[in-house]
Amino acid sequence: MTEQIAKAEEVLRNTDDPGVIQKVLDDNPELKGLGNYEYGWSDSDTAGATAKRGIDTSVVEDISNKKSEPEWMLKLRKKGLKYFERKPQPTWGADLSEIDFDNIKYFVRSTEKQAQTWEDLPEDIRNTYERLGIPEAERERLVSGVAAQYESEVVYHQIREDLEEQGVIFMDTDTALKEHPEFFEEYFGSVIPVGDNKFAALNTAVWSGGSFVYVPKGVHVEIPLQAYFRINTENMGQFERTLIIADEDSYVHYIEGCTAPIYNTDSLHSAVVEIIVRKNARVRYTTIQNWSTNVYNLVTKRAVVDEGGTMEWIDGNIGSKVTMKYPAVYLTGEHAKGETLSVAFAGAGQHQDTGSKMVHMAPNTSSSIVSKSVARSGGRASYRGLVQINPEAKGSANSVVCDALLVDTISKTDTYPYIDIREDDVTLGHEATVSKVSEDQLFYLMSRGLAEDEAMAMIVRGFIEPIARELPMEYALELNRLIELQMEGSVG
Amino acid sequence: MSTLEIKDLHVSIETDQGTKDILKGVSLTINSGEIHAIMGPNGSGKSTLASTIAGHPRYEVTKGEILLDGEDVLEMGPDERAQAGLFLAMQYPVEVPGVTMTNFLRTAKTAIDGEAPKLRTWTKEVKNAMEKLRIDADFANRNVNEGFSGGEKKRVEILQLELFKPKFAILDETDSGLDIDALRVVSEGVNRAHEENGMGTLLITHYTRILNYIKPSFVHVFVDGKVAEQGGPELADELEANGYDRFLTPAAAAV
Repeated sequence: MTEQIAKAEEVLRNTDDPGVIQKVLDDNPELKGLGNYEYGWSDSDTAGATAKRGIDTSVVEDISNKKSEPEWMLKLRKKGLKYFERKPQPTWGADLSEIDFDNIKYFVRSTEKQAQTWEDLPEDIRNTYERLGIPEAERERLVSGVAAQYESEVVYHQIREDLEEQGVIFMDTDTALKEHPEFFEEYFGSVIPVGDNKFAALNTAVWSGGSFVYVPKGVHVEIPLQAYFRINTENMGQFERTLIIADEDSYVHYIEGCTAPIYNTDSLHSAVVEIIVRKNARVRYTTIQNWSTNVYNLVTKRAVVDEGGTMEWIDGNIGSKVTMKYPAVYLTGEHAKGETLSVAFAGAGQHQDTGSKMVHMAPNTSSSIVSKSVARSGGRASYRGLVQINPEAKGSANSVVCDALLVDTISKTDTYPYIDIREDDVTLGHEATVSKVSEDQLFYLMSRGLAEDEAMAMIVRGFIEPIARELPMEYALELNRLIELQMEGSVG
Repeated sequence: MSTLEIKDLHVSIETDQGTKDILKGVSLTINSGEIHAIMGPNGSGKSTLASTIAGHPRYEVTKGEILLDGEDVLEMGPDERAQAGLFLAMQYPVEVPGVTMTNFLRTAKTAIDGEAPKLRTWTKEVKNAMEKLRIDADFANRNVNEGFSGGEKKRVEILQLELFKPKFAILDETDSGLDIDALRVVSEGVNRAHEENGMGTLLITHYTRILNYIKPSFVHVFVDGKVAEQGGPELADELEANGYDRFLTPAAAAV
């Protein structure tokens, strides 16, 4: 952070004069999100400043060269680029027409070498993670492994020794490709094929970073593994690629968080996450996405679940300009289970187009989707989901509950449930509600001394409580804090 | 010693048929430690008076004043009124899904007092107050008013009254829908707040039944948005015997 910004922040902290505040904000546009978005600072940015904009074959080759990848990966990347160029921009969901692919930086290397201790990181990057509280969580043993991605690459990585001894692999995807090529040859692109959709194709072409997790048979990783994704440079494209394999009877909980600085022009985050849940294994994948409101967040996440296995997506979308994300579960084995808990906040200028897909491909599979969204200040929250039950998937069951809460009269919510059932012997339930924060509810809480924004925050927190209670304690607290920040100044 | 003064209060609401005047010049002074009963037929504006004092946004004050120790209450939002020491026990308490009673009570107490209550004494205080009001301990973990019966909701209103210790409480038909046991328990709670904190009370009711348990110092008969008559406790006995008929104008009686 420059001295000028630090000085401006100081001025803002010590004044209530709207004139003074306006002038400081006009002089320092990067502070505009202050008070609403607290992760909006940026570090000095030499790597980003010199990075090339736009995408073509040379960009793809350059990334592959820098990583000294095997030939097959470069081929796959080029195939991805072809699909990306050929596929039209999707128009069925949120408005993506303003994404300028020629202005995006597709690869930014911020440090030459991955660090094993926080001290080994360049100072400004280390400070960023300190401010985000990541090393602290690790010191307090709230997580059993940490990966921190800054721009295109994972800059810090650590896993607890006892897990390593049990054969758990947790490392960045680039390193994993070198050290464990056998997994990649078998599984990379097996869950989400290269041409699955335009943005998965783009990710395949320029992917960098992300996490690779392998949990051996019977191993239970009791404390979550955590990944933290940070974009620093303006017009960055972050394309991490995550592959998780949970072998038979194993368990793992993977958590990711995301933030970025506030800029006047847009960045793009387009990840691909593939998960393989073997027989009787269970994977829980938690996301707290809090990108700044200049980030397009277009992510493809999918899991395949074998017999008796369980996949749980817990998907919190608070930030970003536009998010399109529908974590999917393909239930391929008998008695496999899929579950999605999704919560989205859409504030001013935001469109959260989120939901989930459940595809039943074997008998007696079950799935549930619970989606809660809150729209305020003109934001738009859409639920979009698919429930598909294939022929022969007898005895399968699904339930979908989507509840939307509107905080004011200028915000918008909509629901797009797609249901495709090709088998008679199934059980289905679908419930959708839209509610408004009522005048009487606000009055009740205010007549008990709560200010209007506190009352609103309490109602919203209560609304999403069924999802917050599924989060580890510190994440639930973080989510509550984010809601309070979001609700500040949202009324009146 | 505190005083709540209502002076020549006129209140209207917006309806589909246009603006409707509900209160047409109400004047009333309540001092600490006094219990004022307001009695009157349906639609006479009793609940409007209660909601207006607490600051519900639906009610528009077109004339008059409400003063708490000389401070202009009408300038305050509902939250500021609560912080200044006013409490409304509502006729229809609303549900707040996903928010536990424990969380709600602590948050509200903190907001009203301007500082968080000491955790150890507070927990004990809540527990004791719940026991006295015969509220089951597991209500602490239930969501605010969610799935509570009518009687349970009313007890929880009085629980708040006892815990928040307001200077003045307005009880809006707290007795309606209560069986005889609940009525007694709730009345005892009000009397405790009265004795222990010198609370002033405005008790709004249809029926004289609650006045067997809570003894008013003054009774006001409310008809057509105005106080038609005031007197001592004996006025309530007369209402019990004769009803409201003699106060109703022929036009109002025809409604």
